[in-house]
Amino acid sequence: MKRFFARNAPAYVFLLPWLIGFFLLALGPILASLYLSFTRYDMVSAPRWIGWGNYEYMFTRDRRFWKALEVTFTYVALAVPARLIMALGVAMLLDKGLRTIGLYRAIFYLPSLLGASIAIAILWRQLFAADGVVNQVLAMVGIQGASWITDPDTSLYTLVVLAMWQFGSPMLIFLAGLRGIPRDLYEAAEIDGTPGWRQFTRITLPLLAPVIFFNLVLQTIDSFKTFSSAFIISNGTGAPADSLLFYTVYLFNEAFKFFRMGYASALAWFLLVIIATFTAIAFFTSKYWVHYENERD
Amino acid sequence: MKTSATDLELAIQMDEAARVAHELRLKRDRQNRNGRILKHIFLIIVSCVMLYPLFWLLASSFKPENEIFGSLTLWPSEFRFENYTKGWYALPISFTVFYVNSAIVTGLSVIGNLVSCSFAAYAFARLSFTGRSFFFALMMMTLMIPYHVVLIPQYVQFLNLGWVDTYLPLVVPRFLASDAFFIFLMVQFFRQLPRELDEAAMIDGCSPFKIYWAIILPLSLPAMGTAAIFSLIWVWEDFLAPLIYLNDIKSYTVPLALRLFLDQEGQSAYGQMFAMSVLSLVPVVIFFVLFQKLIVRGIATSGMK
Repeated sequence: MKRFFARNAPAYVFLLPWLIGFFLLALGPILASLYLSFTRYDMVSAPRWIGWGNYEYMFTRDRRFWKALEVTFTYVALAVPARLIMALGVAMLLDKGLRTIGLYRAIFYLPSLLGASIAIAILWRQLFAADGVVNQVLAMVGIQGASWITDPDTSLYTLVVLAMWQFGSPMLIFLAGLRGIPRDLYEAAEIDGTPGWRQFTRITLPLLAPVIFFNLVLQTIDSFKTFSSAFIISNGTGAPADSLLFYTVYLFNEAFKFFRMGYASALAWFLLVIIATFTAIAFFTSKYWVHYENERD
Repeated sequence: MKTSATDLELAIQMDEAARVAHELRLKRDRQNRNGRILKHIFLIIVSCVMLYPLFWLLASSFKPENEIFGSLTLWPSEFRFENYTKGWYALPISFTVFYVNSAIVTGLSVIGNLVSCSFAAYAFARLSFTGRSFFFALMMMTLMIPYHVVLIPQYVQFLNLGWVDTYLPLVVPRFLASDAFFIFLMVQFFRQLPRELDEAAMIDGCSPFKIYWAIILPLSLPAMGTAAIFSLIWVWEDFLAPLIYLNDIKSYTVPLALRLFLDQEGQSAYGQMFAMSVLSLVPVVIFFVLFQKLIVRGIATSGMK
């Protein structure tokens, strides 16, 4: 017993801050929000147990909940592939045959660092305004642009473009992955006269699969959590016509504008379930399409 | 005779083959060079498109109000520096206060992240203890949890503690290693350091803390630097947590202050709003330029955003 203590004590001392944080800031709140999700709670009076009431309302009667799901899933389905394709394309251009890529790499990465800021969200509102930069450019080629931000049919695309603009970090991860592919594979293919696109589907894609998988999981989780830019561009409400009602924006408003804390907790838990499901699907299916290099078929 | 004829033929063939190979090589080089030039042209165009919005923002921050919209030019007809001087005082409280607030929150958060995350990472990467893989798995799972899920109970908790409208809800979690990403980053780095160092130090009678402080930390400056820069940038840009916890304008951070400009949109102070937006990005850009290498390596090894 004494020896057990002596062996473990130092490690747990180092782990202590994280352990406290884990119980008080992660595990505790997650369980608390599970409990709250079965209550009605306005922060004035104590939470009142209402069983499945919140979930029942959410799934059967709350139109805005379904709208928020639709907006968020549409966004994820558009933004993640757009960003990843952009990232992979540029990474492949940078990977082969160029001697100096440092400056390009820096330029392409910068938007990823700035993109989450309020300043850029403010800028985006102006770029896509009716008299904004985008429409100016379109006017030069004779196209009458929409009022992108205020038109419910187009507002979501402005955020997809913002997501695409931030392709820098998956690009860096792809670049690191491409570096790991042995050059002689391409040389051998070149000698055999294998055309470029075939080299891409037969060498690059299979060997990059683990990296693609990693980026896909990361970006999907990340996109579900999009908040600041949607909040700023939609004036904090999900406007116009709820077309920017991201799940997180809806949750925020239910909790901190209308103080429906119980219902917002149910929303939060469902978000956790969605993200956990996506992560789980990715991991369980990965063995069918991801082959790691040190693995034998 | 016959042999020499075949020899000659062979020689001619070889010569021919060498010539073809040479031509092929020339052609490939030519193609490569053309390809390279095409690539550069394409990449330069992409770079310009990527950077244009940022330069437009910068230019607009100097433009007179009537020149901002309906203009694509990156060169103001006249430079209005008063966008900056007026913008700084455009809100009921001056931006000096917002920057001081942001600096306090960011500075404390970075320190908290570095200390608490390196502690946890050291335990996970270098010490063996009962339950290590269990806790490590838990830590990795917390990476997946959206902030929105823990937000409400955390808010209730902090409200009951009387911490709302103070910086404690923004800073204290960082001292409890709540940004588990950095633990992961540091674990990756700590694991690469040779084990013999710890063992030798242990034999010399060094305590685990001494090993952490005198061996692991000094050798991990790149990882610590990466973590410091990322936490600095993320906390600086953080919007959701300040939005929830800070209600009093005197305690606002810079992103919250920028949002106030949007509420006053009717008064059309776009130049000032852009000027303050530019200023809010300046620290991030400076840190990016100075520490680009650390940032790039940090992402490549850990896959952070």
